[in-house]
Amino acid sequence: MEKNKSRRSFLKNISLATFSALSLAGCNMKEIDEFLQRNFKIMSKKEKDEIVRNLELKYKEKYNKEFHVSDAPAMDGVSFGYALDLSRCIGCRRCVYACVEENNQSREPQIQWIQVLQMEKERGVDFAHSDVHYNPEKVPEEGHFYVPVQCQQCENPPCVKVCPAKATWKEPDGIVVVDYNWCIGCRYCMAACPYGARHFNWGKPEIPEKEINTEMHYLGNRPRMKGVVEKCTFCIQRTREGRYPACVEICPVGARKFGNILDPESEIRYILENKRVLVLKQELNTQPKFYYFFGV
Amino acid sequence: MKEERIKNIKVPIFTAVFCIGLFFGCQNKESGNNNDLQKEKVRPEKVMATNEDQEIAVEPPPFTEGIYPCNDCHSDIVPNPKRRKLVDMHDSISAIFNHDSANRWCLDCHDMNNRDSLRLASGKLLSFEESYKLCGQCHGDKLRDWKVGVHGKRTGYWNGKKEYLLCVNCHSPHSPHFKALTPEPPPVRQEDIN
Repeated sequence: MEKNKSRRSFLKNISLATFSALSLAGCNMKEIDEFLQRNFKIMSKKEKDEIVRNLELKYKEKYNKEFHVSDAPAMDGVSFGYALDLSRCIGCRRCVYACVEENNQSREPQIQWIQVLQMEKERGVDFAHSDVHYNPEKVPEEGHFYVPVQCQQCENPPCVKVCPAKATWKEPDGIVVVDYNWCIGCRYCMAACPYGARHFNWGKPEIPEKEINTEMHYLGNRPRMKGVVEKCTFCIQRTREGRYPACVEICPVGARKFGNILDPESEIRYILENKRVLVLKQELNTQPKFYYFFGV
Repeated sequence: MKEERIKNIKVPIFTAVFCIGLFFGCQNKESGNNNDLQKEKVRPEKVMATNEDQEIAVEPPPFTEGIYPCNDCHSDIVPNPKRRKLVDMHDSISAIFNHDSANRWCLDCHDMNNRDSLRLASGKLLSFEESYKLCGQCHGDKLRDWKVGVHGKRTGYWNGKKEYLLCVNCHSPHSPHFKALTPEPPPVRQEDIN
């Protein structure tokens, strides 16, 4: 007996015990597969197809609906850019809720990828004196302007640099994405992001069954798990199909513009070439691809 | 040598005279037609000349119920070009009218003889589907931005078919200032999270 208490035997026994516990608990093979799956970035086409199919089945079981999970890659010759007209935004928050619905954000606990900051015209763009909880009868309010902030899709993203698990990266079309299966929930990226654009699932995300959006992308709006970080993906499930993001289409004042920066005929290029544009916290050299401009 | 040159000149002169004749002839014909056509519906040319088939117009906003076609009533009324504030009819428009109201009134945009069409400053008649051209007479910079998709909203595909809205989808032509909206609820405050 004494002799057996070596480190080697301990390890051997514990692994045997784990294995038998797992098989006794009837842990299904799919869950083990999911736990052991490789990073999306290095998966083969076959692996991706299988994982996407499994997810569709899993969601169908949970929500009793047909789902389509896409793994569409970036299009060639495309680099996405976004522009927001500060002279038009009236702070109505329609974009916030369109985004929540499109991207299956948790309603309880509440997660919102877009934050609309109300600022005083006298102070200019000043985050320290901005207010996200404004709630008057009608907007816009006298003497104020509004700066919606979401992921700035930086060309030089500090959040990607700090991730110890390589669970977040910048795609070839410029979208910074998260592989929720690889996120370990350390939240380093949240600390690194100067825009407060990343959000953590502190609780189990709740999405009403009838409100769930069944058109999904693996790197985008598929339901998240508790303990992972999420963020705006320029509506990757829409934009990789050629459609405009949900926030662009809902905006009642047409303040939001989106397109391919590499296309000289695009709206976004016209804005960059002809309007006065600014980026937030330029001094940090994050090189956002989310531009603010004055349309008038 | 000299004769030859004269001969050579004759052809272009003939052509020029012919063209001038054609020009005046056509103009007369056109102005003659104009009067006959005035009561007919003016059709839009191409909705947007600058863009190809990639862009489609959404429906213009609906008229107030029972108001269109205007000629149902106006064909029996003798037009009165005198600038005045309307009281008996269209008083709901008079009440809200706020579009350079010191200097402008109905017939600066609506045609006097054919109320079913709009009228440019040049006298050219315009259908309601093309109202953006009328707006663009004064708001040229906005028209320019709208044509390239910077002013106003586009929906559809960033790399393909887009739908766009007319100026009047968002701005009432009689009171164009964008109306204030009720904001959606603010995010939960941290101290209110249980």
